[in-house]
Amino acid sequence: MGAGHAHPLYLPRTSAVHGLPAEVKVVAAFLGVVCVVATPREAFAVFGGYLLLLALIWSIARIPPGWLSRRALIETPFVVLAVLLPITGPDPRIDWLGLSVSEPGLLGAWNILVKGTLGVLTSLTLAATTPLPELLLGLQRLRAPALVTTIATLMLRYVDVIVAEARRMRLARIARGHDPRFLWQVGATARGVGSLFIRSYERGERVHLAMLSRGWTGELPQLAERVTTRRDWLRGLAPVAVAAALACTGWVIA
Amino acid sequence: MAAGAEPVRPLSLAVSGLAFTYPDGTQALHGIDLSIAAGERVALLGPNGAGKTTLVLHLNGILTPGHGSVAVGGLPVTKANLHEIRRRVGIVFQDPDDQLFMPTVRADVAFGPANFGVRGDALDERVHAALDAVGMAEHADRSPLHLSGGQRRRVALATVLACDPEILVLDEPSSNLDPVARRELAEVLLGLDRTILMVTHDLPYALQLCPRSIVIDDGVVVADGPTRELLADPDLLRRHRLELPYGFTLRGT
Ligand SMILES: Nc1ncnc2c1ncn2[C@@H]1O[C@H](COP(=O)(O)OP(=O)(O)OP(=O)(O)O)[C@@H](O)[C@H]1O
Ligand SMILES: [Mg+2]
Repeated sequence: MGAGHAHPLYLPRTSAVHGLPAEVKVVAAFLGVVCVVATPREAFAVFGGYLLLLALIWSIARIPPGWLSRRALIETPFVVLAVLLPITGPDPRIDWLGLSVSEPGLLGAWNILVKGTLGVLTSLTLAATTPLPELLLGLQRLRAPALVTTIATLMLRYVDVIVAEARRMRLARIARGHDPRFLWQVGATARGVGSLFIRSYERGERVHLAMLSRGWTGELPQLAERVTTRRDWLRGLAPVAVAAALACTGWVIA
Repeated sequence: MAAGAEPVRPLSLAVSGLAFTYPDGTQALHGIDLSIAAGERVALLGPNGAGKTTLVLHLNGILTPGHGSVAVGGLPVTKANLHEIRRRVGIVFQDPDDQLFMPTVRADVAFGPANFGVRGDALDERVHAALDAVGMAEHADRSPLHLSGGQRRRVALATVLACDPEILVLDEPSSNLDPVARRELAEVLLGLDRTILMVTHDLPYALQLCPRSIVIDDGVVVADGPTRELLADPDLLRRHRLELPYGFTLRGT
């Protein structure tokens, strides 16, 4: 596993973005996504503006776009859905690259694709610049319902547990002559996934017991006394102001 | 019982008639009675599957007894008292990987005391003292995931020491330690002035650290007395799958 608490989406760097308190980033990301979603889908240029804004944040946070785009693959299912829409959508149909496609379908697909992608990229930017425990503390400071933070804390223990357990099991398999490249050994890998689940669950339970033993009551204690200042909020919300301006422009030109 | 030798000392731990069955029907404890006086160091011995870990999990209310009761310093282990009980009883788990989950060693050690309300400089001090006690202060900013097995075990101990518990319960603390670390751990434990209950398969270690031992097998206490006497009884050892290391013999006193 990577440095520190690497949830796999975190990219340890020192930057102004990494240094912002988590709750500021959570709010900024949320409002940013709201702006994107509220933009009319016909305002094509505005979406380019959002992308530029994100690119600017990436350069400040020193996140290579390639690193992000690999992780953006989690949105593939949406893409598939989006591609189906113009083919199966209602009339009127137009000719596009020699294909007859549904016009509302095409617009709908564009809508899902562009907003989904921007949403995923925004979330990934938040995740890449904020370690999980910080994120949890941020949620707590925002008075998120205890249930939400508890579930998120549980994720915190499971992510590491599962990754570490998977690595151990893979080593154990390879040490016993398993070569995952052979197709007929796919079965062993599949069974491995099943027992990985059980073992991760059990280990997660034991981690949970150990947390309880050390007085955990469902809230992560705040370890560093960092106070979020007005300045933090102003800096964190600056990109949101730009996004809001973009959204307004979208309504005007569309 | 050793508690009888010095009746003035208050009871630190009192377990009576404790029975427990796991949800799958395995009955792990069949009525355990034991009491440990404040400041005593006691070894808990017994073969694999005897119920040692199960007993330990009752001491701070992780498991709830099917029958019987547990009291810590006179305070019964009940739902209402759990937070106070967990402040008093520190458990170091059998597998350090179960214990460590924060991004850095420092944050992990701070997790317990912070839960019990320690903040600011006092917290830093606790963390530093605990890491110092186990010789891991220089690794404070590393990820626990990148430490060796023995180092993780020491950090796991520090996470509990930092909570400053009155009773320290250790589940097999010496496994995976190199000989020097094992001796250093012994020194740390001997230097702590508190009640210690140590689960171990390492009989010489029990002899070195704990004047008194309790043997449990199949969920019941089968022997309780001075460690040296118990270990000098070959019949008792054989019956309960305990074995001194090769070349090691003891004569009773
Ligand atoms: N979660 C569980 N569910 C069901 N049965 C369990 C569970 N944990 C332990 N047991 C069973 O309870 C009995 C006592 O287990 P326990 O873990 O207390 O043994 P132990 O004395 O700590 O052994 P070891 O020396 O191997 O650590 C065993 O028979 C074990 O199989
Ligand atoms: Mg055990």
